[in-house]
Amino acid sequence: MLIKKHQYLAFILPAVFFILLIIVIPFLIGIYYSFTDSNGLRSSFIGWKNFEVLFQDSTFLQSFWLTVKFSFVSVILINLVGLVFALIVTRHNNRLTKSLRTIFFMPNLIGGILLGFIWQFIFTSAFQAIAAAFHLDFFKGWLSNSSTGFWGIVILFVWQMSGYIMLIYISFLNAIPKNTIQAAVLDGAKATQIFFFIKLPQLAPAFTISLFLTLASSFKLYEQNLALTNGGPYRSTEMISMYIYNTAFVNFQQGYAQAAGIILFLCVTIVSFIQLALSRKREG
Amino acid sequence: MKKSTKILLGFLFGIIALFWFYPFIIVIINALKGKRGIFQNPLWFTRDFTFSNFKTAYQALDFTSSFFNSLAITVASVIVITLVSAAAAYALSRVKGPFSSILYYLCAGTMLIPFQSIMIPLLSLFGKVNFLNRTSLVIMNTGLSVSLSIILFYGAFQGVSKTLDEAAALDGAYPFKTFVYIIFPAVSPMTGTVVILNAMKIWNDYLLPSLVVNKDGMYTIPLKMYSFFGETNSQWQLALAGLVLSVVPIIILFLLLQKQVMTSVTEGAIK
Repeated sequence: MLIKKHQYLAFILPAVFFILLIIVIPFLIGIYYSFTDSNGLRSSFIGWKNFEVLFQDSTFLQSFWLTVKFSFVSVILINLVGLVFALIVTRHNNRLTKSLRTIFFMPNLIGGILLGFIWQFIFTSAFQAIAAAFHLDFFKGWLSNSSTGFWGIVILFVWQMSGYIMLIYISFLNAIPKNTIQAAVLDGAKATQIFFFIKLPQLAPAFTISLFLTLASSFKLYEQNLALTNGGPYRSTEMISMYIYNTAFVNFQQGYAQAAGIILFLCVTIVSFIQLALSRKREG
Repeated sequence: MKKSTKILLGFLFGIIALFWFYPFIIVIINALKGKRGIFQNPLWFTRDFTFSNFKTAYQALDFTSSFFNSLAITVASVIVITLVSAAAAYALSRVKGPFSSILYYLCAGTMLIPFQSIMIPLLSLFGKVNFLNRTSLVIMNTGLSVSLSIILFYGAFQGVSKTLDEAAALDGAYPFKTFVYIIFPAVSPMTGTVVILNAMKIWNDYLLPSLVVNKDGMYTIPLKMYSFFGETNSQWQLALAGLVLSVVPIIILFLLLQKQVMTSVTEGAIK
């Protein structure tokens, strides 16, 4: 053993300290909080009451289902667009595909708040102008009702995430040996056959990674939601993260909000374990 | 493939790319207009052309101060994260034992916890001892980022042969010296990845800073943009000029480090 015990501790203790202080301890306190009626100042233990009330709270249930619906739609769209982008930019390796890569990825550099403002301008001002110029009612009044608000967040999120997911698909597409594809071409395989019988099976692990990355990030979405619709109109586009934030820091029902936070944690954990099980199964 | 299909496909891809890029263009175009020009036609340039929005927005955003706040918080956090997680990952990769596996699983486990599930107790913990400022923000950023960074570094250190450690030890170097001068420099591509991933995340973060440093003199760019946006209600030309100012530094940095950024992002996702 080259590293002695006290040296080993010196290497790892700072990390242990940060993880315990910032994540583990707050998490444990949080579990306790979720069984109290804390308002930030006083708190007393009330058992499972928060959870019982939560499951009858129509605002919570609505935001929860909205989050599920949002995650479902955006996961499909992001992966579809990301995969198509990856296929486009891996066709050749020239200046055009390189600049396409850059352009597709660029939205991912911008933070959620700024993205929300950019799209708020597009959905309100630019869409209004399109509606007026071409007499298209479709472009009228975006973000002013719950359904255009919902699709607005979806569009924003697809714009932000597709380039990111594209990179994952690219790295798996590039790992496919060139001569496999060349052999298929020599055998007379069509482009569609190459896609479905060679590329698609090789992409299976990329699908698992991308699906769960997008799922986790859409479940936790907050800033885009805040800057684009701020949950409006009438809390109809408020997703679960924003629900937790507003309940805790606007209404000061911290124990109650923490119970919702625990439910969010359980959802993310269940999803992650399903992913782990799936990828183990394939490898095993 | 026929030449005509090829041209058609190229044309199609061009249209898609243009469409994807258009939101950036629209922001820049309208940042260069007065209120009237935006009202007339937000889709393209109008006669109404001015640079003055940038000056107004720069002052209203207190841009120098918010920029340096963002920069200081990001740089400090990234340095602490990199050092703390590289050191821990090195020890994990060299010493096998129950303690190492516990820490490894602790990292993997804490990565599952969404920030929203711990933010309330975290805030009340730091609020109780009245420790909500830029320093505590750096500490929180570190705690929230070390898990993933340790796992990334761990993979890289495993790829560095232990004979290097042994050779250094024979030459009389202490583990600390071996780490700093030999092993850590050997994983510099991974260091780049860890730095870029964390820098992007922390620079753009809004939720945590809004809870910790939401006060005068401590505003970061996203925080200031949010409050500025509320104040400039319906003055899009100023809001958009502010957006351009906030986004330009990131885009320039990205264009300079493009390849490295894309590799880092991919690695961070796949590992």
